[in-house]
Amino acid sequence: MSTETISAQQAAKEASKAGLLRELTKGILRENPILIIMLGLCPALAVSGSAGDAFGMGMAFTVVMVCSNVVISLIRKIVPSQIRIPVFITVISTFVTIVDYALKAYLPLLSRSLGVFVPLIVVNCIVMGRAEGFASRNPVAASLMDGIGMSLGFTLIITLLGSIRELLGNGTVFGLAVMPAGYQPFLLFILPPGAFLVIGFLMAAQKKFFPKGGRQ
Amino acid sequence: MITQNMNLFLIFLSAMIVNNILLIRFIALCSFFGISNSMEASVGMGLAVVFVMAMATTVSWLVYHYLLIPFGLLYLRTAAFILTIATFVQLEEMVIRKMFPPLYRSLGIYLPLIVTNCAVLAAAFLVIDYNLSFVKSLVYTLGVGCGYFFAIVMFAGIRERIILAPIPKSFEGYPIIFITASLMSLAFLGFKGLFGL
Repeated sequence: MSTETISAQQAAKEASKAGLLRELTKGILRENPILIIMLGLCPALAVSGSAGDAFGMGMAFTVVMVCSNVVISLIRKIVPSQIRIPVFITVISTFVTIVDYALKAYLPLLSRSLGVFVPLIVVNCIVMGRAEGFASRNPVAASLMDGIGMSLGFTLIITLLGSIRELLGNGTVFGLAVMPAGYQPFLLFILPPGAFLVIGFLMAAQKKFFPKGGRQ
Repeated sequence: MITQNMNLFLIFLSAMIVNNILLIRFIALCSFFGISNSMEASVGMGLAVVFVMAMATTVSWLVYHYLLIPFGLLYLRTAAFILTIATFVQLEEMVIRKMFPPLYRSLGIYLPLIVTNCAVLAAAFLVIDYNLSFVKSLVYTLGVGCGYFFAIVMFAGIRERIILAPIPKSFEGYPIIFITASLMSLAFLGFKGLFGL
């Protein structure tokens, strides 16, 4: 083998590595599912009353997102395109059921505070959107990275949201007291209106400081 | 909280206003923000949701109580419900197109979109979680649907005005809409003490 082909192979390998890395990092800021694509808002707002719940939701979401992306990418060539949506839903709901029952068995408290939002991951638009828009047309490795990246972006924002709301509304983050003892908790922030308020300000901040990431 | 002992009227009001599905429970927000930029679309979507939700909950309640429980298949709940709803929306679309063409024209594309509207699935889960009887489930679901209609139509009305308002640059578009939703949610929160719950 000549050196040229070897270097060409290496270049291709590196290019695909960089491509995979890009699939991983795009979800964090540039194509952040919540702030930029505006998907998956329901769980993001509903369970972000405390940082702990928000993080738990992020983890549950990560498992479903990554597993279903990988499986859908694996079966993408054998599923006829007319029935792909029901097939995707079945795959996603299988993983949601697994997560739901695992939470009930090992983390009953978290399961209770997340409530109906765990089964609702089935209709979470991010999972379906990535299945249809990415995993059904890309190889397994890229889909895995895409799933991890999207989950990271989701978990990051939802935990941030939970931390801000818990900090302002209760003076704590992850249950640890952060604010000085005399802090008067601003209860509004753990109530539903606080969620809309905080995400509104987060979006405005994102628009001001990272203006390039806007949706097309 | 909704219990089996409440009377029908209270269940309806509680589902519609006190626990408004959009502004208090945060379910189905994607469609709330996505569609409320047009009044006409909001009315269409609202009607479609009321209609489909009532039908879908009826069917999924029957599936749960007469299929899943007797056969010990509770772990299939999530999959069974979403598939029931997806099939049902499809069926309903065909029936409406055939039998009630004017209604079909006004609901238009909103029918298929409802499959991914989490409000429908959420209502089906909630009536099971609250352990409601058949009639109460139906009333509760109608309340949830009317609450959805009510909130999305009001919000669409407000959004038409926001377009004309002078807003700081970085708040234009979605940020200001979320803050508006926050204020509306605050107003709905005021109903919380209505029944002394």
